[in-house]
Amino acid sequence: MHDISHNISHNISHYLTADHHHCDDLFADAENAVATDDWPAAMTQFESFAAATLLHFTREESILFPAFEERTGMGHGPTAIMRGEHVEMRETLQGMEQALTEQDADAYLGLAETMLMLLRQHNMKEEQILYPMADQALADGASVMVREMEALTA
Amino acid sequence: MAESGLSYDQGPPFGAPLRYFLVAPLFMLVAAGLGIFRPDWLITRWSPVSLALTHLITLGYLAMVMLGSLLQMLPVVLGTPVPAVRLIGWLGLLGLSVGTPSLVLGFLLAEPLWLYAGMWILAAGLIPFSIAISISLVKTAAPLVAWPIRQAALALVITLLLGIVLAGAFSSLWPVSSIAELTTLHATWGLIGWVLILIIGIAYQVVPMLQITRPYPLWLTRGLTWALFVGLLLYSVAAQIESMASIGLLGTLLLCAGCLVFAGVTLRLQAGRRRKVPDITLNFWRFGMACLIFSALFFPVLHWLPDVWTEAAEISLGIAFMLGFVASVVSGMLYKIVPFLAWFHLKTQTHAKVGSIPNMKQMIPDNLARIHFRLHLASLALLLPAPFLPAPVNRYVSIAGLLLLAASAIRQWLNLLRAKRLFLKHGGYLD
Repeated sequence: MHDISHNISHNISHYLTADHHHCDDLFADAENAVATDDWPAAMTQFESFAAATLLHFTREESILFPAFEERTGMGHGPTAIMRGEHVEMRETLQGMEQALTEQDADAYLGLAETMLMLLRQHNMKEEQILYPMADQALADGASVMVREMEALTA
Repeated sequence: MAESGLSYDQGPPFGAPLRYFLVAPLFMLVAAGLGIFRPDWLITRWSPVSLALTHLITLGYLAMVMLGSLLQMLPVVLGTPVPAVRLIGWLGLLGLSVGTPSLVLGFLLAEPLWLYAGMWILAAGLIPFSIAISISLVKTAAPLVAWPIRQAALALVITLLLGIVLAGAFSSLWPVSSIAELTTLHATWGLIGWVLILIIGIAYQVVPMLQITRPYPLWLTRGLTWALFVGLLLYSVAAQIESMASIGLLGTLLLCAGCLVFAGVTLRLQAGRRRKVPDITLNFWRFGMACLIFSALFFPVLHWLPDVWTEAAEISLGIAFMLGFVASVVSGMLYKIVPFLAWFHLKTQTHAKVGSIPNMKQMIPDNLARIHFRLHLASLALLLPAPFLPAPVNRYVSIAGLLLLAASAIRQWLNLLRAKRLFLKHGGYLD
């Protein structure tokens, strides 16, 4: 697994932001493999990227978001929007997977470009706005919550 | 706690930024044409043609793209929508598209009425725009991100006010004793305060995002734009009071050092990027940073150059900063923003499946963007040295450079239009 599991943060922002960076790195590895036509490596790297990204979504959707919504009473606020963006990105991931099985480098790279824009804008909003709000609202239970999120596996 | 918005929905309709992006290259084209037919810009930066060209590029092209981008990016990076975005978008667009030509005619014809009209039309468009973005800059839940953009917005207002004072002086509305000093201040606040600080603030967000690099170091994001702002203040104070020349020098050095630090760190981060696929935006940014370094090293040397070189050096410096640095960075950004928005709005409007609509690289293919990049490079390779060359060689070289600049503007315009055409063809609509 990735390095954060050795030195686990007790702060929601730090933990989930590190998880974002982990996904970004896997994204780049897969894309670099496709760009050099190394299809077997690309398939492995993409699977790691997709698994890590989906796991990250699950960490938020099943642990962070419900707790945040309950504590702040904001059921239709930022978390609802973040869930919507997760749907969008899950669909884009499927498109990338299909391009990969068809070994269509142009289609993959075009979708990867799109995915990165979606992913990084989404992450930017979470890291700069939602996570700091969650750090404040959920300060008392943060380390328990981080451990719960880390315990989730794909 | 306010329900801070976190939505793509809070972005403006596609048409709002797109109109700015499609008008901008046309101003660059007009600038290239004017430069070809009226070559006196090669002699001095104070000629009416030089002033006209400067404003065609800074207002018609650079500010046009930067304001269009702000409408789009502020909701994402700040989490707060721009209030009344449609109205504000139209006001800014009309202010720039009508005010700039009017101002330019004022310079070219030495006609106070055109200057006067241009000044008020620009103010009528840009002041509401500035107020609207100030509202979202005040309301934001992400203050650290907002500071550079706040500083840039303040600098834009200062630039605009200095511009009004100068335009009033030129059209004999009121007397101004130190037109040369005020012009320098107007240019410095515009190019360093508004343009450079805004680019730095945006770079903090987009450089790590687009290439997957490490983030900018914290000492830099906390301090750099403040240092530049202080540098600007020192420079401005010293420009008014002769006995404070040493303070002015300190300000100048601070500004140049700030540019070098920003460009150096950006190039270093990009060199260590995780993404290895070729990327036109990266090419534009690297070239832009090289030109920023060149400008920052060249600027302090101006004072010590022999007089015969001073005018040529000033013109070349202006070209390096405005076309080499800013226009490159801005063009690079457009090749991410426009294909993404075309894809995103098309997807949202038509609910199409991911594979059934053109992806970002199909909206504007790399090979078309690369042609633009190469034309841009070639035009600068000729325009930068042109002012130093003896007549009539300078004339021939500059005409060739300007023809290439025109070709690059046309290529950029066609590339952007292509994304719009594909968007409409696949069932998207502009509202």
